Amino acid sequence: MEGSEKMTALEPTTYGAVPEEAAGLDIHDHTDVSDYKTIGSPFVDNPKMSARNVNVYYADKHAIMDVSLDIGENEVIAMIGPSGCGKSTFLRSLNRMNDIIPICRVDGDIKLDGEDIYGTGQDTVLLRARVGMVFQKPNPFPKSIYENVAYGPKIHGLAHNKAEMDEIVEQSLRRASLWDEVKDVLDKPGTGLSGGQQQRLCIARAIAVSPEVILMDEPCSALDPIATARIEELIDELKERFTIAIVTHSMQQAARVSQRTAYFHLGKLIEVGETKQIFTMPSHELTENYITGRFG
Amino acid sequence: MNKDTFKNTKRIEASLKKRYARERRFRLYGQLAVLTGFVFLFILLFDIVSKGSPAFTQQYLKITVHFDADSLGLGASPSEEDIRQANFSGVIKASLRDMFPEVTGRSDKRQLYRLVSIGAEYDLRDRVLDDSSLLGERKDIWLLAHSEAAAYLKGQVSRDIPEAERKLKDIQMDWLDTLRDDGRTRGSFNTQFFQYGDSREPELAGIRAALQGSFFTLLVTFLLAFPIGVFAAVYLEEFAPRNRITDLIEININNLAAVPSIVFGLLGLAVFINFFELPRSAPLVGGIVLSLMTLPTIIITSRAAIQSVSPSIRQAALGVGASKLQTVFHHVLPVAMPGILTGSIIGMAQALGESAPLLMIGMVAFIMDVPGSVTDPSTVLPVQIYLWADSPERGFTEKTSAAIMVLMGFLILMNALAIYLRKRFEVK
Repeated sequence: MEGSEKMTALEPTTYGAVPEEAAGLDIHDHTDVSDYKTIGSPFVDNPKMSARNVNVYYADKHAIMDVSLDIGENEVIAMIGPSGCGKSTFLRSLNRMNDIIPICRVDGDIKLDGEDIYGTGQDTVLLRARVGMVFQKPNPFPKSIYENVAYGPKIHGLAHNKAEMDEIVEQSLRRASLWDEVKDVLDKPGTGLSGGQQQRLCIARAIAVSPEVILMDEPCSALDPIATARIEELIDELKERFTIAIVTHSMQQAARVSQRTAYFHLGKLIEVGETKQIFTMPSHELTENYITGRFG
Repeated sequence: MNKDTFKNTKRIEASLKKRYARERRFRLYGQLAVLTGFVFLFILLFDIVSKGSPAFTQQYLKITVHFDADSLGLGASPSEEDIRQANFSGVIKASLRDMFPEVTGRSDKRQLYRLVSIGAEYDLRDRVLDDSSLLGERKDIWLLAHSEAAAYLKGQVSRDIPEAERKLKDIQMDWLDTLRDDGRTRGSFNTQFFQYGDSREPELAGIRAALQGSFFTLLVTFLLAFPIGVFAAVYLEEFAPRNRITDLIEININNLAAVPSIVFGLLGLAVFINFFELPRSAPLVGGIVLSLMTLPTIIITSRAAIQSVSPSIRQAALGVGASKLQTVFHHVLPVAMPGILTGSIIGMAQALGESAPLLMIGMVAFIMDVPGSVTDPSTVLPVQIYLWADSPERGFTEKTSAAIMVLMGFLILMNALAIYLRKRFEVK
């Protein structure tokens, strides 16, 4: 990819070194962003999901401030920003994973295909079947590889018989480019695979229920460069079928896999745009500082 | 700078010796502690096993019994009822007199009769009931020895003790010696110990009633305490809102775990027996009382086990669209199960060894029959141990230790089951 070549020299040194809790202390930068309007193009013509004026609070802490952002159909959107900037929180509010945190409160509109996912009568089970998620740390169930992939389809009743289920499992593992490695050990525990394989297993598990959107929360942060490369290739293939929102700390990764990039800073969405544009001609000073590695 | 570094190195080196010595000392203390524990355990086990193991052999005397229809008071073709009421004890006495014709005095005869257990007459009766052709026959039969005679045969009573201080008299010892020299004594494995209930006669007393009583009691305890405990733990841990009421419940559960067990017995007496009029001395009530006692343990350990399940598994399940209930039952509980089982077994082991609350609900009664269901009157192993330990007869001393061995065997079996289940549920 073009962007990535330009980026190689700009490797920031300390990814994720700042603890999340420190975010509120504003140690990164002293630019005032309290009354800030996102620059760039947060809205697209064919949004799959659209967030408008979203605010997220953890008890008294205001974690996401007035964020509006569209996620286009079949696009990969990368969310970058320093630790504690709220990108993961924003991602988790897209499939209401924040609901399980009792002190968390979400304001504003988030729509999936024009329907408010926080509206009354909205079911989180159905929502999470439509908006799947891959987590930072590979977290396969302590069950067999087969059961890991089959679990989602099973609880949603997507397969009518064993043959259909086998088909779903094989297809999902193939799409996660894991099939060739595990086809002979489907009954072995998923936790016995290598880290990279586990993460691909988690991706297979997520796509087995045929979601429309896949949220990825730093899916490669626990993986080595080779495993990371495979996941990135995979994301590239998956975008044909799915809409993907990925949070990442690696700017090369954002540059390589995404079409659009959103830069978050201290709970604010600072800048959104075409990935190429963000990495070559960032409009905002903060974005530029971040991608050139002046802080991170 | 370099000089300073050198000085520091010296200083650290100097302190090393002291530090290592401290570590060695600490290790020694630890080893001593473990060793002390082992020594005490060994003494305890040795004492119990050496005292209890004779109880597992039963002594028999070979007596030539004359099934004389006349002295039995039976006619030509006696009915079963007649045989049941026949005077077998008289037959045994007559047979003993025949074997030792030199015994004439009234009190000597009484001593002679005491060689054989009272249970022998029932044994004879059963033999005749089985095979009425025995009537009129003269036959050598192994009859159960009286516990005092058995103790002598097992070498537990010595002639060195003054005669006045022992129950078995010199003359009885002489007869037993004669029998032994004739090859008319025998020791064999005490199967009756595992077949019969309690008895006033040590040689007839068995552990079966208490064993079965303990089994039924624990069954009731497990069936009540395990599901209630686990579901309470799941609810409190996964579903309950965090507020004052749940805080209060939590404090109370922790307090309940510290309530003396006899209080639960009083509660059982007042509520289950007096108010609900459930049967006294029954494993049902015992089980309910013990489950009340065990519940806090199971709830607390289950909650800890559920808490220790990694949140990433919950997130993974929720992430693919599992409902809360599915997440808990498909993923959290299976992972927490080994811990829950361990806690439950600890609770059950506690319940198995408990006697105080059961005394309050009448499980201390003298019950000879083996209970057939949870509502039959029965006793339990620890109470049986208590009862036997309280009995003055020599024969009960060894029974007490033997019962302790059975109780420990029960416990080992339960723990083995727990380990097996834990291994099965353990996920790699």
